[in-house]
Amino acid sequence: MEETELQNELASIRSIMERSSKFISLSGLSGILAGIYALIGAGVAYKIIHDAIASADVFINDIRPSHPDVAARVFYDGEIVLVRELFIIALVVLIASITTAIILSNRQAKKKGQSMWGAVSRQLLFHMAVPLITGGILIGILLLRGHYGIISAASLIFYGLALFGASSFTFADVKYLGICEIILGLIAACLPGHGLLFWALGFGVLHIVYGARIYLKYDR
Amino acid sequence: MNISFDKLDKAFENRVRLQIMSVLAANERYDFNSLKDLLNITDGNLASHLKALEKEEYIIVHKSFLGRKPNTNYEATEKGKIAFKNHLDTLEQLIKQQKLT
Repeated sequence: MEETELQNELASIRSIMERSSKFISLSGLSGILAGIYALIGAGVAYKIIHDAIASADVFINDIRPSHPDVAARVFYDGEIVLVRELFIIALVVLIASITTAIILSNRQAKKKGQSMWGAVSRQLLFHMAVPLITGGILIGILLLRGHYGIISAASLIFYGLALFGASSFTFADVKYLGICEIILGLIAACLPGHGLLFWALGFGVLHIVYGARIYLKYDR
Repeated sequence: MNISFDKLDKAFENRVRLQIMSVLAANERYDFNSLKDLLNITDGNLASHLKALEKEEYIIVHKSFLGRKPNTNYEATEKGKIAFKNHLDTLEQLIKQQKLT
């Protein structure tokens, strides 16, 4: 064996250990796109909330003096419709992001010669699923009980925990994204009433920053 | 001290076997199909190399069922991990030695 041959041998061992234990086909571009979807979603949500408040205010203030119970009822119904609309927006953003991530990661995996669905991606999904499902159920409970103010914080925190837990199966950068989401979620919990802003920062801006980082570092 | 190529483990002379061992050193367990995809080799080829490593007692096999599909997982034994580490150390020393001369 020649020296270069020995070194090739070591390099191939290192590469196979890395490829077998880490999912390196995450696409930075899908992070950027997910961030953009989230910002668009937040923008639409902002507009819906403001329009709803403005129109409800006018109407409720008109009828409150004569019919206080009707005013309260209208306010309550309006809130339910609003929450449902916001929920749908969040769902659309989520589905669009996941679809984009799957398509782009699949393309990336083909390029890197890693299969998209293997031992590593299964581990990755499993470790993400536990905090995500826990958080999803908790958010469902919070929604049903009308604790809307804490939902943005809860979604950021549980998403951050999911990323942190999954980070040992992929790029180390994911760990720091997770920590940032958790910190942002905790700050959001301290400042109720700014949920949408923190949601836009966490799911929008952070995803774009992180996606760009991954893209520049690994995608090309 | 002169290290010769004889010190390299014969079981790892074959590249596929060395690659299998690398995967099992980095992961607690790995299943047959994922291993096949990762190494990009045929069923028969992979099976024969796994058998050889099993015979050396470098790996152990865990057979189970996922629904009706058989699911075979492989795990490196203590003996296998030590042999792999020694092999890497020897490779490293050989490289160092060749750089000196």
